[in-house]
Amino acid sequence: MTTYYTREHEWIAVDGAIGTVGITAYAAEKLGDVVFVELPETGRKLAQNAEMAVVESVKAASDVYAPVSGEVVEANAALVEAPETVNADPEGAGWFCKIRLTSPGELSGLMDKAAYTAFCESL
Amino acid sequence: MSDPDHTTLKTTPLHALHQRLGARFGAFGGYDMPIQYPDGILSEHLWTRSQCGLFDVSHMGPCFLALPELGGGDAAHRRVAALVEKLVPSDIANLPPGKMQLTVLLNESGGILDDLMIGRPARDDRQGMLYIVVNAGTKDQDFALLSAAADGEAQLRRADDRGLIAIQGPKAESVLEDIVPGVSSLSFMTFARFDHSQFGRMLVTRCGYTGEDGFEVLVLPDHAVAFTERVLADARVKPIGLGARDSLRLEAGLCLYGHDIDADTSPVEAGLSWMISKSRRERGDFPGAERILGELKAGPAARRVGVRPLGRAPAREGAEIQTREGDAIGRVTSGGFGPTVNGPVAMGHVASSHAKPGTPVQVIVRGKPFEAEIAALPFTPHNYKR
Repeated sequence: MTTYYTREHEWIAVDGAIGTVGITAYAAEKLGDVVFVELPETGRKLAQNAEMAVVESVKAASDVYAPVSGEVVEANAALVEAPETVNADPEGAGWFCKIRLTSPGELSGLMDKAAYTAFCESL
Repeated sequence: MSDPDHTTLKTTPLHALHQRLGARFGAFGGYDMPIQYPDGILSEHLWTRSQCGLFDVSHMGPCFLALPELGGGDAAHRRVAALVEKLVPSDIANLPPGKMQLTVLLNESGGILDDLMIGRPARDDRQGMLYIVVNAGTKDQDFALLSAAADGEAQLRRADDRGLIAIQGPKAESVLEDIVPGVSSLSFMTFARFDHSQFGRMLVTRCGYTGEDGFEVLVLPDHAVAFTERVLADARVKPIGLGARDSLRLEAGLCLYGHDIDADTSPVEAGLSWMISKSRRERGDFPGAERILGELKAGPAARRVGVRPLGRAPAREGAEIQTREGDAIGRVTSGGFGPTVNGPVAMGHVASSHAKPGTPVQVIVRGKPFEAEIAALPFTPHNYKR
């Protein structure tokens, strides 16, 4: 399994044809306390960079974008009742959804861990 | 998440202290202000409701309006009160000594130019002076209006170089009494001067913007940091940023100028008719009296209300409010997540026909309707010491 990162601070962990998507620890820390997450419906087809979910902190709402194109196969229902999981474990239990990749070639345009870490340090 | 432009933003005397405390900053009212500290908005909010929070509100606009000679009892007070009564609909002339009043500056069409506090000093030798605190974003306009209304009879002296520190929460009284003995004898919306051996002269008002008991302390610039550090040394106190200040005041149903009230909103629409005293209604001698007296008689077309979304999705400022059938009846003016309520809370303006608490409505968030209800304000009970 390989994990890729976007400039919009999403991560996608790819295992075969399925990618698990969430927001990075950097993004979760910047957002502050997450109080609401709007998740995509199963079966929804997403183009790369399309609005995929919404995450709301006490202060503001932020869009979460699809790192690559695909079809939503599962949303993390646990976040509906426990949105704070996004802060507690953003790159683990705080995942947003799983998508079936339709254009795996798009992954080559994303960052690896080292590149993303350098990107965050440059901000 | 761009950094505020430090070349144009002003700072308060506590700015370096906020940096040492690890604050995250944002622009508010022309100042670079702490939005939150490392604990985060949620825990800062809950700490204030259960313990004691300290807020830097030095960006606001404290000032004094004073006759050339002070003293002279009721007559002197009435002279200076008459000057500000040209701008506000409250009875300032009959304020008892030591009392603070929340009121509004009105424009000629009865809209609100700002909300502000006006206080009458307790001491005999300070009669003829008013202690006034206006909002940060409107203070230059307000000071100009007050000076013009004073018309040479009284002088406006700005005090916004000083520290203004709010201490709020159920432990606030015991915390501040330990440092400034005597403050516990103040009741809600009264103020007094204290001469402190260590922190100099200060004005302490029992008031706040959280719905909790508490104080706002005006302290000289040179003592602002030391005083704040002394309060923060108490383990019951944590520094609280403007993020939690906003969620606290929203749950308490208190207006934020420029959002819940503005130059188009009358005090009657805003649910602030209690500010308009009987004597001023009878005289009708305040700006916009025609509209305001008409609304008092016939009822306003729209009203400020609480809005409680029934699900978990917050409805934020600007969201349309509709009937459940989809007819537009108003807009959200402030909205977000209420940590004490543990759910979304909002305020808005709606047509008076739909303003009754319990009225089923819907709010439009990201193009979709979410069920909500008109709710009584405040969302969390006030804990003032009367």
